[in-house]
Amino acid sequence: MSARIIHIASNTFREAVRDRVLYNLIAFALLLSGAAILVGQISIDIERLVVVDLGLSAVSLFGVVIATFIGIGLVSKEIEKRTLYTVLSRPVRRWEFIVGKFFGLAGTLAVNTFFMAIGVFAALLYVAHSFSRPDAMILVALYFIILEFLIVCSLALLFSSFSTPLLSAVFAFSLFVIGSFAEDLRGFAYMSHGITKWVATAAAFIVPNFSALNVISAVAHQQPVAMQLVLQNSFYALFYTAMALCGAVLIFERRNLK
Amino acid sequence: MPAIEILGLEKTYLVGFWRKRPKRALRPLHLTVEEGEIFGFLGPNGAGKTTTLKMLMGLVFPTAGTARLLGHEWTDPQVKAQIGFLPEQPYFYDYLTAHELLDYYGQLSGVPAKDRKPRIEEVLAKVGLTDVKGVQLRKFSKGMLQRAGIAQAILHNPKLVFFDEPMSGLDPLGRREVRDLMEQLKHEGKTVFFSTHILSDAEALCDRVAIIHKGELRGVGAVEELTSSVQGKVEVIWQGTQIPASMKALSAECHVTGDRVRAVIQENQQDAAIDALRRERMRLIAITPLRTSLEAYFVEKLQHSQTTAGTSV
Repeated sequence: MSARIIHIASNTFREAVRDRVLYNLIAFALLLSGAAILVGQISIDIERLVVVDLGLSAVSLFGVVIATFIGIGLVSKEIEKRTLYTVLSRPVRRWEFIVGKFFGLAGTLAVNTFFMAIGVFAALLYVAHSFSRPDAMILVALYFIILEFLIVCSLALLFSSFSTPLLSAVFAFSLFVIGSFAEDLRGFAYMSHGITKWVATAAAFIVPNFSALNVISAVAHQQPVAMQLVLQNSFYALFYTAMALCGAVLIFERRNLK
Repeated sequence: MPAIEILGLEKTYLVGFWRKRPKRALRPLHLTVEEGEIFGFLGPNGAGKTTTLKMLMGLVFPTAGTARLLGHEWTDPQVKAQIGFLPEQPYFYDYLTAHELLDYYGQLSGVPAKDRKPRIEEVLAKVGLTDVKGVQLRKFSKGMLQRAGIAQAILHNPKLVFFDEPMSGLDPLGRREVRDLMEQLKHEGKTVFFSTHILSDAEALCDRVAIIHKGELRGVGAVEELTSSVQGKVEVIWQGTQIPASMKALSAECHVTGDRVRAVIQENQQDAAIDALRRERMRLIAITPLRTSLEAYFVEKLQHSQTTAGTSV
């Protein structure tokens, strides 16, 4: 990887940290510890399920919100504030800037997820008093959540490369919501006929399939996740992310920075 | 080898809701700047100065034309390692300190790690920001940001430096310091290209200037050439309050100020004027060619272009 990409990524990470993005961890910690104490008092035999379900859903939601709201400003804010001028007037290629920004945000989310994962395991230990073998599947669910973040980051960057922050937020969040029901959309496409079938099928394959990446419920119920799904999801998420980043680069390479 | 060769760069934006209405920001521009020059790019607001600079920096793509910087294609990323750029009214990552900002830019410009720290200290001292190097930029005043902008433009020791309105936001002392800095860059053999609409700065600093108005080049040349003697007139100054009749006979426009008389005569009459003052035993202080100011030349060019545009309609 080019050294310039690493420098841009580290600066993006530093920006997120200094803009107090990681403060969300405090809210997450409060939410989870409160839930663990409450669940410990009111649930019988399902404490583990509730804590894992709530914890992983919170990790996903917090991360998606951060990925969307930081991602949409990554390029547009730099253009608006003109900080980009002094970067691109140096020997930095435009694609390096986009890729560097992406890795910076992805790194921020990975660190964020790492700390939140510690919180989830701590809450689980508090309510269950020990770990069991199926708890290792929580790591797989966390891995899928990180894959989900990569897609959301790349989509936010794609929209940010040509649109305003507000519209980018609307587009990215809408895609996240639609993508969360991608399996239902595919089911609808399968049952439809004529032009509706074509449109629904196209939409089902264009929107990111976040429902395939959501194994939170299965993991909470201590069901195993097949290795085939891990491989499929890895390939799918990396491919989708790469395509969205290519789109962002193609648009940004042609953009006049007025 | 010229430092900058602009070969017909032009820019037309498509404006309007459907982006169908063309708006010409820059007509084909041909300009050459030699190495080691301080070159002033003058024009009123909206003349096309910033558009030209942005095209040279690769921030805006030209509709047509090309350019060469330091003998290479201006799109070559490696050329950019030898170029410094200060944008107009710069704004930087405000969560960084001045030192961190320069370190980041040094990394992007490929300044080796071992050279970065001493170089950063050197440029911070040069722009007078050493005392605030650990302060986040969000606490900087406009003038301090301008200084930080100048520091980042010269950090990597570029051969060619572009400044877009470098005096903007600076107090008189700051402007003087920037002028001194530009002269220092010239003495170091660097080429300085700067845009401004403050003509006194350009007149004091530039070897050559170009004047641009409404996206079109209106004039280019050495400051001395553009401000050369007005219709061949000279200014004669002598001590005293008397105006000899022989001087009046030369049709001189004379003005008495304190114990000095200032007269403007035709250049071919200066020998006669010296003889006349000698005969009257008056002390001659100075004879200098009367020059028009750069401002007068600038205004004349702008008025001329407006008249031309008016008659052509």
